[in-house]
Amino acid sequence: MSNQKPIADNLFTWPSDKPKLLGSRDSETGRYFFPAKRSNTHEQVELSTKGTLWTWTVQRFMPKTPYIGTENPEDFEPYPVGYIELPGQIMVESRLSGVKAEDLKIGMEMELSIEPFVKNEDGEDLMMFSFKPSKDL
Amino acid sequence: MSDVAIIGIGIHPFGRTEGMTGLQQGVHAAREALSDAEMEWGDIQFAFGGSSAAGNADAMVNDLGLTGIPFMNVSNGCATGGSSLLSAYTTIKSGQFDIGMAVGFDKHPRGAFNADPEASGLERWYGETGLMLTTQFFGMKIQRYMHDYGITSDSLAIVAEKAFNNASLNPNAWRRDPVSKDTILNAMMVSDPLTKYMFCSPGEGAVALIMCRADIAHKFTSKPLFLKGAAFRSRPLGSFEVFSPSLEIERGPSPTVGASEATFEMAGMTREDIDIAQLQDTESGAEIMHMAENGFCKDGDQEKLLQDGDTKLNGKLPVNTDGGCIANGEPVGASGLRQVYENCVQLRGAAGKRQVQGNPKTAYTHVYGAPGISACTIVTT
Repeated sequence: MSNQKPIADNLFTWPSDKPKLLGSRDSETGRYFFPAKRSNTHEQVELSTKGTLWTWTVQRFMPKTPYIGTENPEDFEPYPVGYIELPGQIMVESRLSGVKAEDLKIGMEMELSIEPFVKNEDGEDLMMFSFKPSKDL
Repeated sequence: MSDVAIIGIGIHPFGRTEGMTGLQQGVHAAREALSDAEMEWGDIQFAFGGSSAAGNADAMVNDLGLTGIPFMNVSNGCATGGSSLLSAYTTIKSGQFDIGMAVGFDKHPRGAFNADPEASGLERWYGETGLMLTTQFFGMKIQRYMHDYGITSDSLAIVAEKAFNNASLNPNAWRRDPVSKDTILNAMMVSDPLTKYMFCSPGEGAVALIMCRADIAHKFTSKPLFLKGAAFRSRPLGSFEVFSPSLEIERGPSPTVGASEATFEMAGMTREDIDIAQLQDTESGAEIMHMAENGFCKDGDQEKLLQDGDTKLNGKLPVNTDGGCIANGEPVGASGLRQVYENCVQLRGAAGKRQVQGNPKTAYTHVYGAPGISACTIVTT
């Protein structure tokens, strides 16, 4: 198995058996932020790993730069994206995995999943977060 | 304080013009506006102008004449044109100058805009992993709206069909061939639920407007129009905007709501007073949501209004009478001024085959764009 590392620092806890997204909470207003904000009034918080799908769409064409996915326009597979409402915290934009567009429904239960995105030049897997349906479809 | 009149309008046709820079298209529009007002460039006392991707507007003086006037470059994303107009308005209203120009132009390459995360204050991973696309935002915003308010894909197609029909009557529009509702619905999906005909494309074009103190307007034209209200707002807490890695759970109003309220308050008018409206239609869903965000109907009422044809040229409130962004494309610096140009043409009764009947006397514009900005105007006869 190749080495794995997060695509960016301070995005989620890693390595971990139960990884969590890292956000921050403003102690003055109580508002949550993702990604985490650096400020004296902000404390880092681990966000909930479960939520519901608030809205979604499908990316049907291959994105241009700064996209670093290694597909070719010929073999590009459309991917769904959406916002996941993490109750009492915040809504997070994410790729959606393990689900076809026709099965997506607003309100469906989703959970965090950390998956390999692309390999870097050292052959390491760059890990990215996504959300997948909590129940088998 | 004097009111502000619009006395000259000029446009360079929208679309793609090979062999002509954006700046040259701006000069073309400026000359057309001068000719419309029966003026010389030497009569212009100040100018505001801008583009997002086609250079500095003040370079136009090389072609228009080195008269030494203050010519201020404006760069404010999708509200560049609206900001130029608002700045010209305020300059005249303040008494600093009597006659000035607002000009906007642009020339974008084909295909969607490239997004730079760092320029938007975002982290690289957001762009690298394929989340930073304007098309996704538009798909997701209307997807939720359709779920909440019962808007159908059929209505999305009606908006696009209307845009192409109106553009077929507009010689300055880019996409002038009518497209049927079925073709629109069955076209390639770009970002669900929006197909390729429901989206506008980056394009080219230019618009110039000449404005002056209302009390001297009759010296230049027998049909002056009056800018009764103009306002600009950025996003408030809780709005749903493009390029947002996260959103507040508690939803709030969009910047459009604030800009619209301020514009109507300034004009001392209500929505019922408006005869025609140009509303930002980056895609079909945007026009639908903006009907409500601008206060012309309640959320969800659009479904019946569209099915009844109320926003067509012969409807109760014609919307995007020149084909809007969907059929004109979106040269960012010129787009907001195109809306005002079209309103002036309609209020003069000079819109030819797309002329709204019944002598419209009041017209509204609304521009909206990244990263959550909106500008509105009201022009009257």
